Amino acid sequence: MNIIVCIKPVPDPQYYDKVSIDPATKRITREGIPTIINPVDKNGIEAALQLKKTYGGKVTVITMAPPNAVENLREALAMGADEAVLLSDRAFGGADTLATSYTLAKGIEKIGDYDVIFCGAESADGATAQVASQLGEWLTIPHLWNVFSLEPQDDKALHVKTKVENGSMEWAVKLPCLLGVARELNKPRFISAMGIIKAKNKPIAIWGKVDLAVEDERLGLTGSPTKAGEIFTPDLKRKGEILTGTLEEMVDTVIERLRTAGVNVQATTKACDCCEGGGQK
Amino acid sequence: MTHKIWVFAEQVNGVLDRVTLELLTKAKDLAGKLEGKTEIAAVLLGKNVKGLCDTLADYGAEVIYVGDSAELDLYNPMLYAPVITNLVKEEDPDIFLFGATAIGSELGPTVAAQLKTGVAAHCVELRINENGLLVSSVPSFGGKILGEILVPDNRPQMASVKPGIFVQGEKETREPSIHWLDVTDLKAEGLPLKALRIDKKEPKGVPLEKAEIVFCGGYGIGSKENWAKLETLAARVGGAAACTRPVMDEGWSPGEHVMVGTSGKSIRPKVYIGFGISGATHHICGMKDSGLVINVNRDEHCPVFEVSDIGIVEDLNKVLDQLLMTIQ
Repeated sequence: MNIIVCIKPVPDPQYYDKVSIDPATKRITREGIPTIINPVDKNGIEAALQLKKTYGGKVTVITMAPPNAVENLREALAMGADEAVLLSDRAFGGADTLATSYTLAKGIEKIGDYDVIFCGAESADGATAQVASQLGEWLTIPHLWNVFSLEPQDDKALHVKTKVENGSMEWAVKLPCLLGVARELNKPRFISAMGIIKAKNKPIAIWGKVDLAVEDERLGLTGSPTKAGEIFTPDLKRKGEILTGTLEEMVDTVIERLRTAGVNVQATTKACDCCEGGGQK
Repeated sequence: MTHKIWVFAEQVNGVLDRVTLELLTKAKDLAGKLEGKTEIAAVLLGKNVKGLCDTLADYGAEVIYVGDSAELDLYNPMLYAPVITNLVKEEDPDIFLFGATAIGSELGPTVAAQLKTGVAAHCVELRINENGLLVSSVPSFGGKILGEILVPDNRPQMASVKPGIFVQGEKETREPSIHWLDVTDLKAEGLPLKALRIDKKEPKGVPLEKAEIVFCGGYGIGSKENWAKLETLAARVGGAAACTRPVMDEGWSPGEHVMVGTSGKSIRPKVYIGFGISGATHHICGMKDSGLVINVNRDEHCPVFEVSDIGIVEDLNKVLDQLLMTIQ
């Protein structure tokens, strides 16, 4: 079974509260934030490695990213993937999900033979959650999103469960197919020292525009129907009044404010002990 | 020329998702900002779904395109997307809104890919600019950055919005104008993707998105026991308990349906009381439209106090116990 996993290098989500907009250049500054494999993409790698263990075959990881993404691909190889492909070209820059999925589709068509493609359900940074479905459309193969359970029936079909609000859906899907996976699917393995050593000798192909059978007008910014307008940081500030007094007094104040805000609270507060009849009950 | 604003009417087992009515309300608002005539339409697919048309009309759908077929009983992107794509090609709407639900998050971009148009994902605001274009505000980096997205040259301009971002408007009784779609040729049989079943279970108690008061636990609550205390407090005042992502990851809370944040639920209760919340933007973006915001954290420098109306600098365990003693 040949399996392809799409990964995306993203700034480490642990540091997103440090992301800001440079007031002069109006660009997002993310300096000093390390670039990692989008966390849920590792669940895709794990799922691929598990399928390979059962059915044999090959796991190829692919990304569309700047040249330094070689580091992230090397990590995926260290987890156990066999080969890696980096799609990198200035012409790919500024791509929205439609242009990104188009370029990935062209890279995957060049890789050729595949049975299952895994993507993370969404990226931590942009979080549009659209690339998986759109990639499936470009490749005209069945695709499912938010997959949290996966049972191969044989090497031709899978039984899949997807998350929906307050529940799940069950599906039977024939290969080849694409699955956008959720973090609940599995627990990605850690990298072993042996894995790191082996990864050094595994191939990483780097393909640009000239290596792919692409239509130029579908690439990058030109191929992106969505255009970015202004960016800003939301103003979430409130008045931040800090209460003082004893614990009892502070809690009584809170209850008073709840009532003012229109919440029906039945409480025994000190203030009420001195009311007529011993207070509200 | 009439501007057309469409909303995908999402239903499962004959029940409309609340986001549909929220989107219809927003569609009315957008229609008012567009020059000239506008028409708001809903696209409804399913089996025996005609009964939902009255509700859609009451909340603003002037036209309802209904695809009713046993083959459409269960959502399947390989059946739903082509029906919608063909309809769009015939009718050429200007704007098409989807709920950023599990189904809408897959169906929206699938239809967009078939039409080669753009979708702004998980929008938190939609407006019409001076050129009559839809401007969608989308969060990135966990909500820390908001970016405006436009689809200037392609139609429809698509956008997805999570439930709870927009407020459902008042109902006005209106006769639905139904356009039946020809779906007689649809066949699930033979497709490489087959939907087998859908299981939905409404969680117990007051649903988080409907609660007037929410007791929310952050990583600082530190245990399942404290989560139980939040639930007890919530039950006593007819509210709901909620959490941040780390609390769910630790398994202290029952799961995703109580998680608030950019990648969780968006809530707007009258009162929000947070315990041990750090103030990470990811979470704050999911509750920023709450009425009164109170936070308890023992660290007086905690950023959460900047996004609170009232702050209590105290050990949350003590405050929880005092609240439990006081609130009956």
